[in-house]
Parts: sequence; C-alpha cells; structure tokens
Amino acid sequence: MLDRFDPRLDPSFAPVDPARLRAALAAVLGPDGLIASVEGMRPYETDGLSAYRSLPSAVALPRDADEVAAVLRVCRDLGAPVVARGAGTGLSGGALPFPGGVLLGLGKMNRILAVDPLARTARVQPGVRNLAISEAAAPHGLFYAPDPSSQLACSIGGNVAENAGGVHCLKYGLTVHNILKLEVITIEGERLIVGGEASDAPGFDLLALLTGSEGLLAVVTEITVRLTPIAEDIQTLMVAFPDAGCAAQAVADIIAAGVIPAGLEMMDGLAITAAESFAHAGYPADAGAILICECDGAAGDAEAEVARVAEICRAAGASLVRQARDAAERARLWAGRKAAFPAMGRLAPDYYCIDGTIPRRSLPDVLARISELSRQHGLAVANVFHAGDGNLHPLILYDAQGDGQVERAEALGGAILEACVAVGGTITGEHGVGREKLNQMCVQFTAEELSAFAAIKAAFDPAGLLNPGKLVPTLTRCAEVGGMHVHRGRETAHADLPRF
Amino acid sequence: MPLSPTNFADTPTPDPSPQVGGEQCDLTAVLAEQVRRATSRKTPLRIVGGDTKEFYGRRVGGEALSLADHNGVISYDPSELVIVARAGTPLAEIEARLDQGGQMLAFEPPRFGAASTIGGVVAAGLAGPRRLFSGGVRDCVLGATILDGQGRVLRFGGQVFKNVAGFDAFRLMAGALGSLGVILEVSLRVAPRPARELAVTLELPMEAARARLAEAMRRPSALSGAFHDGQRLHLRFCGGEAGVAEAARFWGGEGEALGAWDAIRDHAHPATAHAKRLWRLSLPQTAPIPACGEALAWDWAGAQVWMASDAAPEVIWPAAAEAGGHAALFRGARGGENAFQPLAPTLLALHQRLKAALDPVGVFNPGRMYGAL
Repeated sequence: MLDRFDPRLDPSFAPVDPARLRAALAAVLGPDGLIASVEGMRPYETDGLSAYRSLPSAVALPRDADEVAAVLRVCRDLGAPVVARGAGTGLSGGALPFPGGVLLGLGKMNRILAVDPLARTARVQPGVRNLAISEAAAPHGLFYAPDPSSQLACSIGGNVAENAGGVHCLKYGLTVHNILKLEVITIEGERLIVGGEASDAPGFDLLALLTGSEGLLAVVTEITVRLTPIAEDIQTLMVAFPDAGCAAQAVADIIAAGVIPAGLEMMDGLAITAAESFAHAGYPADAGAILICECDGAAGDAEAEVARVAEICRAAGASLVRQARDAAERARLWAGRKAAFPAMGRLAPDYYCIDGTIPRRSLPDVLARISELSRQHGLAVANVFHAGDGNLHPLILYDAQGDGQVERAEALGGAILEACVAVGGTITGEHGVGREKLNQMCVQFTAEELSAFAAIKAAFDPAGLLNPGKLVPTLTRCAEVGGMHVHRGRETAHADLPRF
Repeated sequence: MPLSPTNFADTPTPDPSPQVGGEQCDLTAVLAEQVRRATSRKTPLRIVGGDTKEFYGRRVGGEALSLADHNGVISYDPSELVIVARAGTPLAEIEARLDQGGQMLAFEPPRFGAASTIGGVVAAGLAGPRRLFSGGVRDCVLGATILDGQGRVLRFGGQVFKNVAGFDAFRLMAGALGSLGVILEVSLRVAPRPARELAVTLELPMEAARARLAEAMRRPSALSGAFHDGQRLHLRFCGGEAGVAEAARFWGGEGEALGAWDAIRDHAHPATAHAKRLWRLSLPQTAPIPACGEALAWDWAGAQVWMASDAAPEVIWPAAAEAGGHAALFRGARGGENAFQPLAPTLLALHQRLKAALDPVGVFNPGRMYGAL
C-alpha cells in the first residue's frame, strides 16, 4: 500500500515532538507562516494524486528564501522530514506529506521578479504559475515554452522538480532545456546558485541534476527561465486513419522525413468517440485513430510543413485530412484532445491514467499488447498520447464500486508499464515517480543503479530528510515487492484542470 | 562532411532497421576489471578516447584507461531521432551515419582530430556554433551507461526523449571531463538536417553586431550561427525556404560558402590562432565584454568570447563573474595551472561529495577539472 509510509520499507526517522517542531518553526516564520491545526492542514494532505493522503506535523509557508533556509535548518536540527510543495497539481504523489514531518508550501513566493526582453529571460519565484510567466512575457512577443496541460495552475518550482514537459516539448524541449539558473537552499540551510545567465557554468551540470529531482536534493527558491519568441505562423491538421497502426506508421514517417512538428498527438477510436460526444470537435466518429499535428514557423514555412505532413499521412493511409482555416477552428480541433480526459467520465465512473514512454517504432506493437492486456483483464483502455515523443497515456476505465475492479485496474496498469520497459521505454515520461511509481523503479533500475541514486542524494542530504519515501525506493522495498507491481490509482484531484 | 546548401528534405532515408555493433568491440568486462584494479590499488586512471582534447583542462597523470577500442554504433533509426553508440566510436563515424539518415548532432561538436570519439565529445561537453540556437551537449544526451569507481556498470536514462524516472545522472556526465565515471555508451538525441542553409558575412563592429543580434533575436529568427572574427560578422541561417529568405533580406551582406563554418566550429579560425594564452569567456549575450584582455572573436551571437590575455587568472575570473559569466583558460595553460573558473567553497564541497558518491577512491581523472576533485 503506497498511500501509507511503511517504516520497514521506506526511510524512517526518530519521532519528532510536534509541539517542539511547531514552536521552532513559529520562531522563524511568525504565526502567519505556520499551520498546525488538522483542519488547516487538510488542503495540504494530498496533491493531484488524491488517492494518497497523509498529514504532516506542520505546514510551513515561508515568504522568502531566508525563511526557507531557516525552516530547513530547523528540520535538520530536529531531524524532521520535509516535503516541498508548489501548487500541488502533481500526479504521482510527489508532494504527499511525510507523517510527523514538515510540509513546506512555496505558494507565498509567487512573484515574477524581472522579465528581460533583450536577454529573453525571466527571473521568478517558485510559486509563480507556469502560464503567468508566458502572460508576463507576451507583451514582448515571447513565451515560456514548456506547457504542461495543467499550466493554468501548476507552479514553475514544481515544474523544475518534475522536469515537466508539455504538448510542445517535441520541438521546444522540457523544463531542463528551458531554464538557465536556480537558487536553491540545501538541507543545511545553505544558499547555492547553480547554472547561470551564460550558456553554461563551470563544474558539474548541477542544473541538469536538480531538474527533475523531485525535491530530494534541495529546495528551489528562484528560477531564471529562458523565454522563446512566439512563432509567426501556426498551422494545425487533424488527420483520421482507419486504425491505430496506420497512424503510428504516419508518425514514424513524419519524423523520418525531417519534420519536427510543434505538437503531434494521437487518440484511438475509444478516445475519439468519448471526446467527440463531449466536445463536438468534428472528429470522424468512425475513425480508428486520429492525429493532431501542429507546425509553426515563418509564414510560408509552417504552411509548407503541414502540406508535407498531409502528403505523408495520405501515403500512410489517412482517410481524412483537415487543416484548420483559422484560430477558432484550431482551438476546436484542440478542444477535443484536451477534453479527452474529462470525457472518459461518459464511458466509466473511474479511470486510471498511465504515463509510459516507448521508442516510436514500438507504437504498433505496444498498442496491440495493450489491447490484448485489456481483454485479459476485462477492462477497456482508451489511448490518448503525445505520439511525437512516444509518451503514452493509456486510460484504464473501471468502476471503483465494481467487484475487484480497482485491483484489476492496478494489475493492468502495472502490466502496461512492464510492456513499456520491455521495449526499451520508461515507467514515467512526464508525471514523475513520486510515491506512485516507487515499486516500478525496482523494475527499471538495478539495485546498483538505485544505490548510485541513493549516494547522489546523500551527497546533498546525508540524513535523507528531503522528501523521503519518494523517487528512489529502498532496496528493502525492492526485495519485498520483487517482480510484483503494486499500483494504486483512483480519481484525480483538480478534475476541472486540463490534463496531459 | 562539409555543410552544403543541399535540400536534405529530399534525401531518401536509408533502411531504418537498427544495426548492432559487433560483440568483439564490447570491452566492458576488460574496462571494468581495470577500474576495479585501480580502485583497489588506489591508483589514478587517465580516461582516454582519441586523445584529441588533451589540451583541455588540467594535465593529469595516471594509467591510461583507453576507450578507443570499445566502439561501434549500437542502434540508429532515423525515425526515432536517437543514436546509441559505444564511447570509443569515432565522432566521424557517428556523423557519417547521421548524414546518411539526413540527420545531425544538433550541438555541432568541434572536431579536434580524426581520432575524436563520441565519449570524449560528451565528457568534454563542448558545443559548436549552433549552441545558442539548438542547445548544448547535455541537452542532447538521453542516456548513458557508465562504469563507476567500483567498476559497476550503471545505466541511466535511456533512448526516449521524455523520461523522468530517477535522477538525470546521464546529463551530469556531459562536461564532467570523466571525473564522475567512465562513459561506456551514450544515447543522443539527433536532429534533422535543415531543409535549407545559407551563410553571409557583413562588415559590422563587434559591439554593434552583438547589440544588433540581441535585438533581432527577440523575434523568431532563422539563425544557426553568429560569429565575429574581430573584423566581420559571419551569419548562418537554416530552416524553411521562407524563413531563410527573410533572414537573408533582413541582414543583407555578402554570401559566403557554408564551408567557412567548419573552421569556426573546430576553433581553427585564424582570428584566434596566434593567441598564446587563449581564454574562453562564457557570458550572457547582452553583458558587456569585460576589459581584461583583447577580444579576438566571439561565437554564439556574442555569448562565447575568445580572448587573448596575459592578465593573471585572478584578474580574469572575477571580471567574467562580474559580467554574469565565467572564464576558462582554453589553450596555453602552464603545467598544472587551473583552467576553469574556481567554484564557491560550498559548491566545491558539493562537487567533492558528488564525486565521492560515484568514485569513492577518486581514481577517475583526478585533478583534470579542479585540483580538489
């Protein structure tokens, strides 16, 4: 059961007297910076993976880097585990509080400190929302490229911790490719600057190491991001195929032809039916699969590129190619894709979203394997994914009230991730390991590799106080779970947010 | 493989079936044994690929750990945008294979000699003229298999672009100069060759050119190179027909052969050839160039400055830091002299702990990056 920390299988700590911990935190944060009541802490007991809940001893809400440093020193001195949290929209339980520890909420640090249009950078605090950066940059013709679907709400600090991707990362890169410099505070309370405003920095690439480290190494208190000029022209295609195999072939052909679309998304028949009845995007209901392909660039070039894509798709057996004539039609084509997840509610009471990445050449095989597994487990699976990146989001449809369905959904999810690893892929493309995929880490990595991760963590945090029980499983846990995959997944919090 | 203005979009793609290098080129077991022996005897190893970048960083002694015979492309499939190769594979072989597939390494590594290997390219972390426009070495590394100080084979990352399982230890290997582990195998993200490329040169003073570039780059641009040789600005554009034509109209100047960029990429341009002590300053593109020497040339639209200076390093380092960047003594270091900008004490201590995490006895290239590492 991953929603409970197990002192046998997870890191464990000597109990810290809550009263003493709260008093020490109150002394550095003042009464407004600390929440200790159970009702006050409830909003922090879970993140986007709402099946997992636990309460900390205290929620600390620092206003600046000095207060973050002071909180971390208190935690170090008292031996209290501490979990950093941004907006709490993460989908893998990365911000799940550690019982008896401190939940460090960075929401008050939400200022955009500077936008430099000439250097094409912005300096922001960790609690700034992803989309707010692009909004601040827009008057200068610039934007912040990584665009996770939750960008309306998710914070840039959380994006750094998770190395967040987005629909457009095939062309524009992940968070790690779009940040220049971090100010972080170590568990010792020391402030470090990693990276810089130049193209590189002396020494090891700690900027790359910290990005995606899920709060296990240090706490980010300031981020300098790279801004990108907004493309002159955007062209969007919706292409229907008789089956998913043809669509997958078209994806491989597009990339092999030297086209890197800004976005290349795929939905299978079941996802199309659900999305169409929900959003009326104009998808052909009888299609076996559709691709949505967006190309951007100079006026003329984007047009030429989508024409090329259309030609490739027709050669791969497309039954329909539709190009958006204007921004309104483009928005409608995307609306169906973005509604795919909420639309699942029409097909089943619950769904469980999987997040694996595979080499693109394995798409047809893995899709065939998923439908085979779906039949074996007696649960339907709709497929919606970032085809250009090979990042799959199979949605397992089930009814939590149904007899044994939760267990079957978990088993099916585990089997799908196993299929991803078997073809050379990974257990998580963008949602992170967090708490949720801790056991699958034992499948993807050897004990020696996991020991190396633990040693890297210890170089930053020898006592292991930062976000314990996440990302890197203990070897005891791996020995215990063996090849058996425990998976839990229920409804997602923030159901109103666009996802994936 | 000189760059040429061919329209590669029409190049037929070769057989995409992955090809596997021969087993006889896999020296993992032998190399691991050599590492274990060095660790047990606490004797340093000097990790060598083609030995073409021996000038870079501090000189190190130790027994050579040669990767040159551990070679071969393990897989390459153009539709995956990934190439996987053993560390000793010659850079030239990698680039030839990619060229056949109509693709390239987007970070455009400098070529310091025919023997240069892909492992050395990644370990040195040096990128060419495209750095500012399409990313550096670390941006393209998707995975690495390494030997740690205990001679254990560790595989980090993989062959897919989106992968957030575990720490990105593979990216950490880029530019670490071998001090964290022996790279056995790397997987690199590759990019399609541009449909169209064009080079021009124009008369524009150094500072004015830097300012004009920064201003122009506020909008989408087709730039794939911007180098100043002290006299003239050299620009390279790439992308679609329309974008390249628009850039050429905007900048004017005279046409230049794309081959002119080979010398720029390989640090072989005459502008920097005569400097006895050649410094590389990595700066924010918009920061003024510090007056601690003679700026001979710059690349990366002004973000990488090549400077000749006899000033003491203790003068140059603070000046570079003041400008928001850092400096490295690229060529002409005296024996044992520090080449890289010193780290703040807390940061250096962290570097030492990280090295100890992967190389507990400190056998890998000790002192190559910093005396204390």
